[in-house]
Amino acid sequence: MEVELAQSKEPVIWMLFSAGGMISAMVFPVLLLITGFLLPFEIAGDGTFERIHVALKHPLIKLILFFVISLPFFHWAHRFRFTLVDIGLKHVSLMITVCCYGGAILGSILTIIVLWNI
Amino acid sequence: MKTYQIPVSNTWWLKKKSYFFFVIREMTSLFVAGYCLFLLVFISKAAESQQAYTELLVSLKSPVSILLHLIFLAFILYHAITWFNLTPKIMVLHIGEEKIPDGLIAVSIYIGWLAVSLIILWIIFGG
Amino acid sequence: MASGRTYIWKRGISVSESIELEIFRYCPEKDAEPLFKSYQVPFREDWVVLDAINYIKDELDGTLSYRWSCRMGVCGSCGMMVNGEPKLTCSAFLRDYSSGKIRVEPLQGFPVLRDLVFQMDDFINKLTEVKPYILRNENGEKQVEEGEYLQSPAQLAKYKQYTLCINCMLCYSACPIYALDSEFVGPAAIALAQRYNMDSRDQGRKQRQEVIAGHEGIWQCTFVGECSVVCPKNVDPAAAIQRAKVSSTMDFFKGIITLGSKE
Repeated sequence: MEVELAQSKEPVIWMLFSAGGMISAMVFPVLLLITGFLLPFEIAGDGTFERIHVALKHPLIKLILFFVISLPFFHWAHRFRFTLVDIGLKHVSLMITVCCYGGAILGSILTIIVLWNI
Repeated sequence: MKTYQIPVSNTWWLKKKSYFFFVIREMTSLFVAGYCLFLLVFISKAAESQQAYTELLVSLKSPVSILLHLIFLAFILYHAITWFNLTPKIMVLHIGEEKIPDGLIAVSIYIGWLAVSLIILWIIFGG
Repeated sequence: MASGRTYIWKRGISVSESIELEIFRYCPEKDAEPLFKSYQVPFREDWVVLDAINYIKDELDGTLSYRWSCRMGVCGSCGMMVNGEPKLTCSAFLRDYSSGKIRVEPLQGFPVLRDLVFQMDDFINKLTEVKPYILRNENGEKQVEEGEYLQSPAQLAKYKQYTLCINCMLCYSACPIYALDSEFVGPAAIALAQRYNMDSRDQGRKQRQEVIAGHEGIWQCTFVGECSVVCPKNVDPAAAIQRAKVSSTMDFFKGIITLGSKE
């Protein structure tokens, strides 16, 4: 029974973790460059507001953004959970598990709300 | 039989360089989650109005914001590079019966990374 | 000839030098806590740490206990912590430790029985649990008259790397996850499970999954990667574990897809 549980639960969590890790590694560095430097200092020209404003209304862009933001939340949840356990919080591991994955689910709900209200 | 168990302290990861960098690698996930939250703020301001967006950009020019962005960039780049370097170990791909060498997989990932970055830059600034 | 002369010359100058070995000592009958004892050992260019320990046993202190056998990196019994790193002492040359002092401890992560000898029961049990031998289905066994199970070089290449494991336990010693929670099945046992899972002649993957895909198996691994760094045979157990995660994940999704069609 316990093996079956592990065999069904862990692969899903691991998939979410891996997908989130890959997406954040692929797109976050360039996004940081854009939001931190290119946009505020108008290095790549101004007038980007209209372009971004319009793009955000497109359903496909919204869908992509949902995955780009929610999956990395699960990436965080998985890594952070194991790191806290490894550095000595094993005695509260159930609470850590609930908080981490719960946090990722909340983060995903928040993402849906933000994207829905555009 | 009587045995002695050498105790493991919670600071085990400070005792060896490779363990330390492992924990740093895992802790980059905090910056990943933090940046997800920032992206949500950015999206809602950009979707709201020109004024809200401009105000956000002004606050992004502050030294605190620049410093934070640099710190986040450092940790997220560390995440990206360690992630890409470990990927060939996980993915075993074959062409026919021949295994694709790890180096080739790694190079393709880095090319993909560059391509994705350029596409995103083009979406926001291009045209 | 030339190389022979070099050898003698090197021995000639090194005899006068010596090196200090700080050895972990623990006697279960006498000591509540372990202690370190220092020994001065002649420094020889061609000596490994195991030679120095043998010197101590033969010339300085006969009470020292440790395991060793082949002294050529095959038997896997002389693994110890050398200056904090898990090493086969038969392959760790004194000349590579220039600090003048070498600290030798039993492999970390295991209960110590006496001096450098640790209890390996836990590892042996885990090894047995993953059934590291070829399993065939019921009635799947070929009759002798039917001949051998044939295997192509490409099929062999898929798992060959994992067959090189000598069960030296250096990987367990390098694994912080195992040190923190000895329930974890651990690197070598999972690599060996993978060795048989990848073997085209084997049909026992499902039985092994019970152990390696359970709660204390592959999902506990956070890919620290140190097991592969210390492995003297380049088995790369860390990669074996990640690949087992990939195939277990694929099992799960295949299960979902085929669930409907089974009904």
